Parts: sequence; structure tokens; C-alpha cells
Amino acid sequence: MTITESANNPKAFAPGVDKSKSYQANFKVWRGNSETGALQDYSVEVNDGEVVLDIIFRIQADQANDMAVRWNCKAGKCGSCSAEINGRPRLMCMTRMSALPPGEEVVVTPMRAFPVIKDLVTDVSFNYEKAKQIPAFAPKPREADGTYRMQQIDVERGQEFRKCIECFMCQNVCHVVRDHEENKKSFAGPRFFIRLAELDMHPLDTNDRQMLAQEKHGLGMCNITKCCTEVCPEHIKITDNGIIPLKERVVDRKYDPLFKILGLSKKKTND
Amino acid sequence: MTELERHSYDVLVIGAGGAGLRAAIAAHEAGARTAVVCKSLLGKAHTVMAEGGIAAAMGNVWPEDNWKVHFRDTMRGGKMLNNWRMAQLHAQEAPSRVWELEEWGALFDRTKDGLISQRDFGGHRYARLAHVGDRTGLEMIRTLQQRVVALGIDVYMECTITRLLTDGTGEAAHGANRGNIAGAFGYWRETGRFVAFDAPAVILATGGIGKTFKVTSNSWEYSGDGHALAARVGGTLLNMEFIQFHPTGMVWPPSVRGILVTESVRGDGGILKNSDGKRFMFDYIPEFFKADTADTEAEADRWYEDKTNNRRPPELLPRDEVARAINAEVKAGRGTPAGGAFLDIASRRTPEYIRKRLPSMYHQFKELADVDITAEPMEVGPTCHYIMGGVEVEPDTAAAMVPGLYAAGEVAGGMHGSNRLGGNSLSDLIVFGKRAGDAAADYAKGLGSAPKAADGQIEVASKEALAPFEREGGENPYALHQELQTTMNLLVGIIRDADEMRDALAKLQEFKDRAKNVTVEGNRMFNPGWHLAVDLNNMLLCSEMVAKAALEREESRGGHTRNDFPKADPEWGSKNLILSEKDGEVSLVHKPLPVMPDDLKVLFEESK
Ligand code: SF4
Ligand code: SF4
Ligand code: FES
Repeated sequence: MTITESANNPKAFAPGVDKSKSYQANFKVWRGNSETGALQDYSVEVNDGEVVLDIIFRIQADQANDMAVRWNCKAGKCGSCSAEINGRPRLMCMTRMSALPPGEEVVVTPMRAFPVIKDLVTDVSFNYEKAKQIPAFAPKPREADGTYRMQQIDVERGQEFRKCIECFMCQNVCHVVRDHEENKKSFAGPRFFIRLAELDMHPLDTNDRQMLAQEKHGLGMCNITKCCTEVCPEHIKITDNGIIPLKERVVDRKYDPLFKILGLSKKKTND
Repeated sequence: MTELERHSYDVLVIGAGGAGLRAAIAAHEAGARTAVVCKSLLGKAHTVMAEGGIAAAMGNVWPEDNWKVHFRDTMRGGKMLNNWRMAQLHAQEAPSRVWELEEWGALFDRTKDGLISQRDFGGHRYARLAHVGDRTGLEMIRTLQQRVVALGIDVYMECTITRLLTDGTGEAAHGANRGNIAGAFGYWRETGRFVAFDAPAVILATGGIGKTFKVTSNSWEYSGDGHALAARVGGTLLNMEFIQFHPTGMVWPPSVRGILVTESVRGDGGILKNSDGKRFMFDYIPEFFKADTADTEAEADRWYEDKTNNRRPPELLPRDEVARAINAEVKAGRGTPAGGAFLDIASRRTPEYIRKRLPSMYHQFKELADVDITAEPMEVGPTCHYIMGGVEVEPDTAAAMVPGLYAAGEVAGGMHGSNRLGGNSLSDLIVFGKRAGDAAADYAKGLGSAPKAADGQIEVASKEALAPFEREGGENPYALHQELQTTMNLLVGIIRDADEMRDALAKLQEFKDRAKNVTVEGNRMFNPGWHLAVDLNNMLLCSEMVAKAALEREESRGGHTRNDFPKADPEWGSKNLILSEKDGEVSLVHKPLPVMPDDLKVLFEESK
């Protein structure tokens, strides 16, 4: 028995691809490990509507079975497939081939700010370590009727930051750590500044995070270049809505005489 | 051989989606030394893809709502084949589990009074889904992930479990004896090195089997690992024939075929049209749902504003009904250019409303298909989405039929009967995740001494995992995987026929033989070819179970539609199919459904 796929087999919902728009592309993919590596050339077919990750899969299936790449959702929702395409950090599953310059080579390399494990896979454990250093959410008690009441407008500010898919591209692109391994110790990076901002704006959280951001997580090292905001695939306004307001509140606090004298907590100046 | 890396815990959770993380939190809080192992990085699990919401009868929008109504909707959606006790616990406990998420930092959308807002979804009588725009799954994962981090629970990321270990007190199978659970064995994806976990209680939370199908909304991780791990140590599986094809997957461009378009599009006003521009769902309202479904466009449209005096639009029928309707329209030649149906919200809601309510859908279509959903209709069609069947468990404890083994979430069977309602998956994860964690911790504590992995088990497991490296000149695992997916999609897909399924079973036999000859190139370091070769064995076993059960069940019900037996059969409506495996052979028996007690039965009489 042979299994054929065709557009007139609607039962399968898997009609064949329209090959009339297919072409051969030249890909250069970085192959290697923590010690050595180089760009490798692949000539590979591209079909209508495909994204870079499709092409990587095709190379993997036909030419390099052991090529390492991370992915999960293939829909821009899990943040696994971050890499640099022609030098720009991008999600491979959300980069359409048709959006790249036609006829030109496509260069795919791993994220630069993290140590390579193999091929396109990098060691992103830095981010998981930073996550552990952020004090946990600590809610205030429920109201007398057992509920928490919050207005939509108040949750929306935090919700913007909770859209983060942890692709770590903002971390990758931030110049404070991109070529400065030595800064990683004292700098949490934009992903975690918005985590702090989110908790700081959370209507229920009781922890004080403003001075912490400044003193422990290196907020002061950020000089608002906005590169993080530019690469964020979720279009989170990392700098304008997260980092800058957080910096402003830290500054307010530093110069607030009452706060200085009495050591009062001024958590939630935005309440 | 170098020294094997070994860790010891009371409870080991396999999988870091909603169920796994919730289970780990529960086990940890119950005082058990707990760890989570997962194939990907923490926070990437398939749960992030869940869009719509968490079904829980909190009554924030409709005070009339309560667990009994939710229970009834769930049972009716599952065509009464659900394990009634699971459906009851689920409906009763979902609200508390949602409130708990809020307490751990989840930021749900709010009602005007500041409570958790709830949205409408197919098959649910009242607006019941707690949600965050259309990215509720991400919110759940992040909340649980952050809780796990706060509690300091150990997480072993990018680590694949290939075998469960037992104390060997049971029957012989697969070169090692079955018995009580003693731990698990696997490899680090990064280095390819082996690792063993000694643990008397193991919780499977591995999700589904979607990667056995070609058109699927599921990620690569969905290779039926938990189903296969359970079966190989003597666990039983239930009703593997019931697979949900979500009615609205993207159909264009081809490379994203199968990626989900959330049901909220329909809940928020979207309608389905064929290529003639006809709103066709009115032609597909089954008898069973006639009383609750609007039969004119006018009534359906009024429902969005006034839900008390109007019945629901037919676009919000349970998923299996809508999937079959789209299938039928395309078959009749009224499909869209890419072979689906049009899903139109652009002509019905303002661009601002659409962008506010459906931000990630807007984003997804804009970036992947270059379609502006506020201006044009989407093209959609059925995609393999969820398996209702799974590991047979004891309802209250999520215990599988092997001492020390538990299963929660999609990998477990019974809860959803023959068809799952949207929104009942996220709630299932947290309700039964918690129950599994509690029960596993209890079991581990109650043991005098933990069972020890029997001699030889590790050797058998390592040999099996390394086999693809030993062979030369064999087949490419990617090619075999693609053939498997095509076969399942075409022959055991949304509409099934005895002849085709027999062909599928013959093919599967052939694939099983060929799988023994798969070779991988390169070394053990982060080698996806090898990982796929290992996962393939699980997919093949699950596929065979699906095909066998689907051939056996000679009726149509929920996520199982037979061309040759198009009607539901009351005789079959009282039966579960129980599958088991030994040394590569799958067997199947019929088992009567547990009987619902009278005080719950009454609920169905009242609604008539
Ligand atoms: S704005 Fe700050 S955090 Fe963002 S990239 Fe620039 S320096 Fe880094
Ligand atoms: S903030 Fe944006 S860029 Fe940074 S990790 Fe999150 S999603 Fe990625
Ligand atoms: S694979 Fe999930 S974001 Fe690309």
C-alpha cells in the first residue's frame, strides 16, 4: 500500500506543498561545541510560507541528523528557539524566509552572550541562577470575604511583563553582559528587571524590591540604551515601562529625607 | 563504564508542565524530598500553548454556576464515558486550585468588581474560564515555575527518562522484572551521559502523544513517553482511541499547519464560514445539543449580549462536533484555498476589541501568516490536539496500577471520557497534579524501606538507549518518524475505517521492525537524531495502542469517529478499553465503566 498526500484528500488536512514557489537557499550554520566550531554551508530547499526553523529542521533531517537546536512550540510562545540570524537575535520559528533579503545567504549562529554547548544550543543557566535570586512573591492577606479584589487597570501593568516568554534575547543583546562576562555576577539583566518591576507593581505583593533592584541586581549599570526593548519578540516595553519607572522610584527613595531618617518602607509609591 | 550519576528522592516527577509542577509543589509541601525531571528547559512545557483559560465554577460572572453544573457539562462533553469520580473531584476542586494560583502571583483578568474574570467556552453552560488574555497557559507555567523556584525544589532540566526502575518482584518483561517502582533511568541531553534516580514514588506528567500525528498542535516533547514508560512496567492504559482534533488549527502557511487558533476567537464572536460565505454550523447541530443551541443567526448573535434569554451559537458546540463539521464542509468541496474553513471575527468585532481580547492570536497571524485578523478571516482546520485516553488511574490518588506509580494531566486517562471540553485541561492539571503529589508523598512516607532497583535493570536500560549507536548503515530516524506521522494522520485520523486501521496496524508492525534498525550519526552530546530515535519507540507503542483500540471500538463517540459505525452505541457507552503491553505485544480487554451513584445521576435527569 502506498500513502499519497494530495490536496484532494481533504480528510487528511495535509495537502502537499505548492512546489512552484520553492527555491534553493544557501545557509551558513554555526556547528561546533564549547571548544571549537565554524560556519558550515548547506544548500537547502525552501518552500512557500516557511520560517527559518523549518529550514533548520530540513537540514537536520536530510544533511545533519545530529545538529543541535532547541525548540518547542514553533509558534513564538515558548522562547526556546532564540538564535542570531544574520547577526540579529531572533526567534527562528517567527522569522519568515520571505522577510529576509532574497537571494542572499542566511547565517545562523547561537546567541553570543551565552557559552555554546553545541551548534545552536547555548548554556542559558545564568538566567536560571538569576531567577533564584529574586525574593518570592509574598501576598498580603485575603479580604474579609476570602477574595482578592484588584482592578483590571492595576493588573494590566504587571501583565505586560508577564507576557515574557523567557527567550533571553534581551539578556543576549544587553551590552552590559554581551561582551563582559565579568559583569554577569552583579547584573541580573533586563529580563529580571521587568520581573522585579512586575512584582513591584503587583497589587498584592508586600516585599520591598526597589532598593534590592539597585543594590543587588545592578539596575544602576543599565544606561537605557533600549537594545533590550528592540529585540523583545513580545514587544514588551522593557525600558519605558519597566526599567525607567523602577529607576525613578529608586531615585525618589534615595532622596526622600523621611525615608532616610526613619528607615520607613515606602513600598508601592504607585498605590 | 564510568561511574553512574545517581540521585535519591522520595518523589520523582517526570515532566514540568502544569501537572508536573503542581505535583512537585504538593509533594514538597507534604514533606517529601522531591525532584522534577524534564526534557526541555524549565518553563517551556507544552502548557504554555494553552490559550483559553482554566475552567472552574467560581461563579464570579454567573452566581448560578456551581460544581454540579460544571460536572454535568464535563460528563456530557465526554459523552458520559468519563470516570465520574474524577469529573466530580475536578469540578469541586478547580476553584480552590485557581485561587491558589492567584495567591502565588498569577495575574488573571478581572471583573468589574475586581474578582477573577471568567469567559465563555464551548460546552460550558456558564462563562467559567479564568484567563489572562489568550495566554493563560503561560501564566500558569510561570506562576508554578516561580513557586517551584521559591520552594527550592530540585529541577533536572534537559534530561530524558527512558525507563522506570522496579524492585523486580513481579513478572519478567523486557529483559528486566516488573514490580514496585524503585526509580527511573535516563540521559542528560547535553552530554548524553546516563543518570539514575532512586525514588519509591514516580509521578508521570509527560503530556500526550501528538507527535505521532503529522498535523498537530503539539511540540516535539509529546512523544507519549509517560504512556510508554507506564506500559513497559505493567501499567494499564485506558481508551487510547479517543483523540481530540481541535477544530481550529492554522492551515496556512503549510509550515505552521496545525498550530492552534484558540477557541476564544469563537467565544468572543468569531464565526465559521465555508467558501460560499455560508455560516454552516447551523447545519451540524446534533440532537443531543439541540435544546441548548441557537437555531437562527439572530438568536446566536443576541447571545453574546444576553445569555439568559438566548441559546448558544453552534460555533461553540463541543470540539469534536465542530471538527467534524469543518471536515465535512471541506470534503463536500466547500473548503478554503488551503483546505479549511474561514474563521471570521474581523467583520464582527472592532479592531480594538480584537487586539485587546486576542493579542497573541493577532500577533501569531500577523507574524506567521501575514494575515491581519482584524481585517481578514483566518483559514482553519482540524489538528491533532489532545489524547483523552491515557494511564489508568485510581481517581482519588492518581495512582496507576503499579505500586509507586502515579499519573496526572494529559498522560492520565478517564477524566475527560471520549471528548474533553476546552478549559478543562488546565484545571485537570492543577487538580490532579496536586492529588498525585499528595498521594505519592503519602505512599513514600508510609513505606518502611524504599524498594531498591533490581540488579541488571540499569544495564538493560543503558544497552537499550545506546542501541542506535551500535548499528551501522540503518535507517534515518527522521524519515521513519515522518512516515509514522503520515500514516497515523491518514489512516487513524479524524474519520476512521476498519480497513484503513488494519492497514495502519500492518504498517506499524513494519515500522517497529525498521525502528530496530535505526542508526544515528555523531556522538552522544546534544544529539537530536539520537533523542528522536529513542522517542520513536514510545511513539510506535502509543500509535499501536491507538490503532488497536480504535479498530476495536465499533461506534462513533467524541474523539473517535468511525465511517463504518457512524452512531454512538449504548452498549459501547458502558465500556472502557484497557490496553497493556508485554515484550512488545499489545493486548486489549473490555472493562465496564464505574457506575455513577444515584445522587449524581439525578443531575442529568433534572437537565432534561
Ligand atoms: S536598556 Fe539597559 S538593560 Fe536594556 S539593553 Fe540597554 S543597558 Fe541593557
Ligand atoms: S523580556 Fe522579551 S526579550 Fe526578554 S526574555 Fe522576555 S520575551 Fe524575551
Ligand atoms: S519554538 Fe517556541 S518560540 Fe520558537
